[in-house]
Amino acid sequence: MTASLVDFDDVVERYDPMLGLEVHVELNTNTKMFCGCPTGFGAEPNTQVCPTCLGLPGSLPVVNRAAVESAMRIGLALNCSIAPWGRFARKNYFYPDMPKNFQTSQYDEPIAVDGWLDVTLDDGEIFRVEIERAHMEEDTGKSLHVGGATGRIHGAEYSLLDYNRAGVPLIEIVTKMIPGTRERAPEVARAYVTALRDLIKSLGVSDVRMDQGSMRCDVNLSLSPRGSGILGTRSETKNVNSLRSVERAVRYEMCRHAAVLDAGEKIVQETRHFQEDTATTRSGRVKETSEDYRYFPEPDLVPIAPSAEWVEELRGTLPELPWARRARLQAEWGLSDEELRDLVNAGALDLIEATVAAGAPAGEARSWWVAYLAQQANAREVTLDALPITPAQVARVIALVAGGELNNKLARQVVDGVLAGEGEPDAVVEARGLKVVSDDGALIAAVDEALAAQPDVAQKIRDGKVAAAGAIVGAVMKATKGQADAKRVRELIIERCG
Amino acid sequence: MSDLTRLTAADLAAKIHSREVSAVEVAQAHLDRIAAVDGGVHAFLHVASDAALASAALVDDSIAAGTAPASPLAGVPLALKDVFTTADMPTTAGSRILEGWRPPYDATVTARLRAAGVTILGKTNMDEFAMGSSTEYSAYGVTRNPWDPSRVPGGSGGGSAAALAAFEAPLAIGTDTGGSIRQPAAFTGTVGVKPTYGGVSRYGLIACASSLDQGGPCARTVLDAALLHEVIGGHDPLDSTSIDSPVPSVVAAARQGADGDLSGLRVGVVRELGGEGYQPGVQASFDAALRQLEKLGAEVVEVSCPHFEYGLAAYYLILPSEVSSNLARFDAMRYGLRVDEGASAEAVMAATREAGFGPEVKRRIILGTYALSSGYYDAYYGQAQKVRTLISRDFAAAFAQADVLVSPATPTTAFPIGDKVDDPLAMYLNDLATIPTNLAGTAAMSVPSGLSDGLPVGLQIMAPALGEAVMYRVAAAYESTREPLVAPEVSA
Repeated sequence: MTASLVDFDDVVERYDPMLGLEVHVELNTNTKMFCGCPTGFGAEPNTQVCPTCLGLPGSLPVVNRAAVESAMRIGLALNCSIAPWGRFARKNYFYPDMPKNFQTSQYDEPIAVDGWLDVTLDDGEIFRVEIERAHMEEDTGKSLHVGGATGRIHGAEYSLLDYNRAGVPLIEIVTKMIPGTRERAPEVARAYVTALRDLIKSLGVSDVRMDQGSMRCDVNLSLSPRGSGILGTRSETKNVNSLRSVERAVRYEMCRHAAVLDAGEKIVQETRHFQEDTATTRSGRVKETSEDYRYFPEPDLVPIAPSAEWVEELRGTLPELPWARRARLQAEWGLSDEELRDLVNAGALDLIEATVAAGAPAGEARSWWVAYLAQQANAREVTLDALPITPAQVARVIALVAGGELNNKLARQVVDGVLAGEGEPDAVVEARGLKVVSDDGALIAAVDEALAAQPDVAQKIRDGKVAAAGAIVGAVMKATKGQADAKRVRELIIERCG
Repeated sequence: MSDLTRLTAADLAAKIHSREVSAVEVAQAHLDRIAAVDGGVHAFLHVASDAALASAALVDDSIAAGTAPASPLAGVPLALKDVFTTADMPTTAGSRILEGWRPPYDATVTARLRAAGVTILGKTNMDEFAMGSSTEYSAYGVTRNPWDPSRVPGGSGGGSAAALAAFEAPLAIGTDTGGSIRQPAAFTGTVGVKPTYGGVSRYGLIACASSLDQGGPCARTVLDAALLHEVIGGHDPLDSTSIDSPVPSVVAAARQGADGDLSGLRVGVVRELGGEGYQPGVQASFDAALRQLEKLGAEVVEVSCPHFEYGLAAYYLILPSEVSSNLARFDAMRYGLRVDEGASAEAVMAATREAGFGPEVKRRIILGTYALSSGYYDAYYGQAQKVRTLISRDFAAAFAQADVLVSPATPTTAFPIGDKVDDPLAMYLNDLATIPTNLAGTAAMSVPSGLSDGLPVGLQIMAPALGEAVMYRVAAAYESTREPLVAPEVSA
């Protein structure tokens, strides 16, 4: 094995990376791909099963229409053509977590082909990724290996099988080889997976949670000597389960490939596994013989033949796609490219839009989410959308400030109260007694007291040095615990010294 | 022997529904008959006496309460091929690998029989996973032909056919992948129907070859088969390949045919299904049947189906390919036999499959695995599918010239046990005349056409997809000209 990696800058100096990405998305249909079992995540093992998804003798599959529609909508959103006729195929191989010992999948007749996805890179550049296909298949069950080291099959005492996931609908989206990424290959890979995730989320057809496995990415990578145009041998890296890992896996594989090639060795076409802890990849088990899946058309299912009307009907259900929405919001809110990107990266776009929808001005909504609330999220080490405050509650706080009932300092205390679980903003105001005091009677008493306490300052004001009023304002605010209407206090000071 | 076991299903139903006899008496008569003769026939793998009597009692109760019978066959006993799942009985498909397996669900056919009030007597013997033409490949012993216990009853549905011929049941269910209903019917002098592909639900039918398998009715008369056909047929949302259209009116057609008038109908003789390779006695019986059909007013024409000669070869590529995939699930991980030898899942799978599958099943799994392999797929599976298309076109052209096609159902009469068990090719040739129908997905049936050297011969009548009505009509007309075949009494 090659000892050390080649420095990344050195790699791109001498090699061109060729990138390909395969993304599996678990659909959020209520039922499985070929039977009526529920698909909820986290149920007791083997409680969401039936003869069909257990592959019992005699059972037969029936295609889930909702899954086909989701697949078609994904295809349409990726600018693919929808195949007017296509069959499922059987991919034959033995594995205990696969009840029939074949996976029902689409092979050479995928439902969607030849599309593209424009992805935005960090500097705002748009990079077009060509899509080869999107096809439907069923998920496998899960194996739990007990007794061995690190949950791996080797050395395990026994294995447990959970078939709840068996038959859950999956869509696999495969890019064409992505040329010309050069030193930006890791960034393009991450940006693509991000854009795909946002797109599918906007379609509402999957939870696209990489941490829960509802979105999984395989990275294919090869290098060719700079400018040679010769395609190198590729490796396929699996188990890439976060956006950051996508970027790191590409970077690592580029450096590893270069090291192998520099040593005059050959890249082995193999499956590798990404190691989250070390950001490296390790070789999967090398099979003695090459896998022959003996694909053939699934005889238990009839072909899928979506009519043109059905395709157009589904096209009509596509929501505003993420990039179109971003462009619209950027215009509506008057944001620079950089400001927009910050909002997107902070995951604040949806929250701000919802806050605006709840009646807040865009500027105020944006400033709350990217400033004070972002700090709170950081402090709690959660994402913005995980903060226990809703856009409607933020909008209410903004409205209270606009109405003069709160000042900014009090508003932050109200937000703190909501975050602490003290209820709606109005309830927090009530319970904490946070209303701005603008009642003249109370304020005049406080002003007189402050003027009496600082007679020299009072004299200065009477002498026309209005700027000195600040000290009295400060004293009044302190005395009223910040709840006084500062503007009115200043007016009253001038009046009382007049 | 009780007279009740000699009656047709239609007559039994009439007596039960008019309360002349009870369904329980009818069930008991057949259970007694099974107890008396099945030791010599071995048609049954499992007899469900208690369940059968309980089911019959429900029918009697319902009739006594004045409720209309659940179906025209309510209370009539039936033998179910052990390839359909039954939640209350073991289901083995004739294989050691499923010994003792109790399915958690009923096949659609099973469910429809229950809903129709049919009394299920038990499960019948078959070649393992329906692969074979003699029942010799059953893991649970051979079934004997009631006409001559030294001979096979045919297969794979030999148990169902033998149960009918031995008067152990008036009705039975079979499955026909390449002739597994029609060939045993021919060998036992009974009626067997392979419906149009998709006409009877495959849900709960343990698959042999998905694109060829079709469940169907077996009986001693054409009308009984028609009555059963209408009970089990029709669309099933659990089977995607099930046809979403009404069941052809086969009962009406059978009654019409019994009038014995076929004038205006054209009967096509398939030139390629006869002559060389067919026993003289079989051929003579067929020729006599043609003369009979002409007497009934039918016009007999000759048709040619030039691609039928490739049918057997195509079949033995498509079937094993699908078998190799369908039978992959028998791996000891979830149900059935488990041979705990070896330290890995793969080793347990291999040991279990080695111990659990018989020779014919292994042969076909190996053939199919090879045919689907990378680099061979186009030459074998791909070419076979093209032959399939050509055979369908042959049928289409032939049905443009004739309303039904006819041929001998099998090239020979029942052969001696042990005769072909070590010669797979000779065994496969049994299905020469029946296979084209499965490849094309059309309908066909076998009706008794007399004896040759004391053994039954079958006449095959073939019809276009969903053309069962005319097929039953011709069969019933032909049947009306003959005395029923009655097998000699068997000893236990």
